[in-house]
Amino acid sequence: MSETPQDLRYSESHEWVRVESDGAVTVGITGHAQELLGDLVFVETPEPGSAASAGEACATVESVKAASDVYAPVSGEIVAVNEGLADAPELVNESPYGEGWLFRIEPSDTTELDALMDADAYAAKVASES
Amino acid sequence: MTLKTTPLHAAHQQAGARLVDFAGWEMPLHYGSQIDEHHAVRRGAGVFDVSHMQVVDVSGGQAQAFLRRLLANDVAKLRTPGRALYSCMLNADGGVVDDLIVYFRGDQGYRMVVNAATAEGDVAHMRAVAQGLDASVETRPELALLAVQGPEAVAKVAPLLPGELSTAGELRPFHAVWGERWMAARTGYTGEDGFEIMLPAEQAEAFWDGLLRAGTQPIGLGARDTLRLEAGMNLYGTDMDESTTPLVSNLGWTVAWEPADRDFIGRAALERQRAEGVPAQMVGLVLEGRGVLRGGTRIETRAGDGTVTSGSFSPTLGISIALARIPAASDEVELTAHLRGRTMPVRRVKPPFVRHGKSLLD
Repeated sequence: MSETPQDLRYSESHEWVRVESDGAVTVGITGHAQELLGDLVFVETPEPGSAASAGEACATVESVKAASDVYAPVSGEIVAVNEGLADAPELVNESPYGEGWLFRIEPSDTTELDALMDADAYAAKVASES
Repeated sequence: MTLKTTPLHAAHQQAGARLVDFAGWEMPLHYGSQIDEHHAVRRGAGVFDVSHMQVVDVSGGQAQAFLRRLLANDVAKLRTPGRALYSCMLNADGGVVDDLIVYFRGDQGYRMVVNAATAEGDVAHMRAVAQGLDASVETRPELALLAVQGPEAVAKVAPLLPGELSTAGELRPFHAVWGERWMAARTGYTGEDGFEIMLPAEQAEAFWDGLLRAGTQPIGLGARDTLRLEAGMNLYGTDMDESTTPLVSNLGWTVAWEPADRDFIGRAALERQRAEGVPAQMVGLVLEGRGVLRGGTRIETRAGDGTVTSGSFSPTLGISIALARIPAASDEVELTAHLRGRTMPVRRVKPPFVRHGKSLLD
C-alpha cells in the first residue's frame, strides 16, 4: 500500500495536485498509479505554453507493461514540465510525489480544484478498487 | 477460484513479491523493479521459480516411438542420455498445441517440461496419442522447478547442488545431468548461460535461500518476459497457438522433416502449407523512436498488414523491440507501426536481439 500525502488533492484518474505558493499547481501521478503501471520507460510531457483542459489527456506515461494517459486535473496553461523525466522516467516510480512530478499548470479557474478529492477520500477510493 | 501456489510461495512473499494470477497460479510479477531484475540476469545471476510449469515423464518400451509421433522435432536425434531438444507439439492441422523441451534419460525414458497454461490439455493429448502404445505419461507434481540464469549462474549454483550432480558445471548447452531425485540442465529462457533445476518440492526453499544468500536475485515473470523477448524466443499463447504453425512462427528449424517416413502429428498439414506457400513470417522489429510496441500493434508493409505478437521495452537496448507476424512477401527492412494513433518507423531485424548480455543489433 503506497502513501497518500495529506497536503495534496487527487483526481479520479489517479493524478495528484499540489497548489504552490505562486498559485500554479504541480501535477504528478500517485504512488498507487505508478505501482499499478510498474517500471516506467518513457514519459511524454506537454509543451510548455500549451493549453490544458480539465479532464483531457495532456501527458503519457509508458511502462514496461502499458501506456497510460495522464489527464489535466484543472484547466489552464502549462507553465513548466519536468525535463528530467526524459532521461530518467524511473523518477516517477522512485519519487512519485517529489522528483517524479510531471508538469505545472497556471489554473484559469481555481474553483476546479474543489472538484478534486482530499487524501482520505482518495485513499478510500483506492482501497475500494483493490 | 483459489489460485494454485508453488512450494516457494512463502519465500516469494518474504522477498517482497508482487503476486499475480498467471494461468491459475499465484506467481511473482516482480519483487520491486522488473527492470532491475532484468539487468541482474544480464549482468550477474537471477533465480526464477518456474514450478508452475509441468514436468511430464515418459517411459516404456515404445517411449521413443510415441514421442516421434507426438513431436514435430525428432527425439531420435537424442543419441546419448542427458541430451535435450526443443520441439513443438502439433495438432492435426499443424497448429502448435504447446512448445516444450524434452530430455533423454536413456533406459529410463524421457522427461518433458510443458507450459503451465496448457499443461492439463497437453497431458490429455499425450495420453490420447499414447493409447495402444507401451508408453506411460506421468506428471511429476512433487518436483519444484527453478531456473538460475546469468553470467554468474554456474558459479552460484554449483556449490549448492547435491554431490550426485557435481558434473553440472561442465555440462554443455542443452545437456542435463540426473541424480536420484534432482536433475540439472544447461537450458533456459533468457539468452544467458545457466541452469534449469528440478528438485523435490520439500527441498526447494532451502535451495532458494542458499541462492539468495549467495547474491542471486529473485526474478519475476515481468523480467522473464523481457529477457525471453530480447533472446528472440517465442512465448506460447502470445506468439503462437493452435491456429499458427511452426512455419509462420519462426520455428521451421524445429521441424524434423527427415526421415520422410516419420509420421508425426501435423506433418501432412505442414507439408501442405509448405507446398501451397507459407503465407506469413515472424520477424524481429526495432522501433525507431520513443514509444513501446505492444501485442496487437498493426505493422504496415508493402505486402499488406501484419501484427506485433509480443512487444515490449528492451531494458538492455533502451528501446522498444517486438516479434511480429507479417506477410511472407514482405522483404523491406523499413516498416511502419501504427501506434496509439500515430505512425512510427520500425526496422526489421533477425532475432535474437541480445545474447549473453550483448546487443546483436548493428
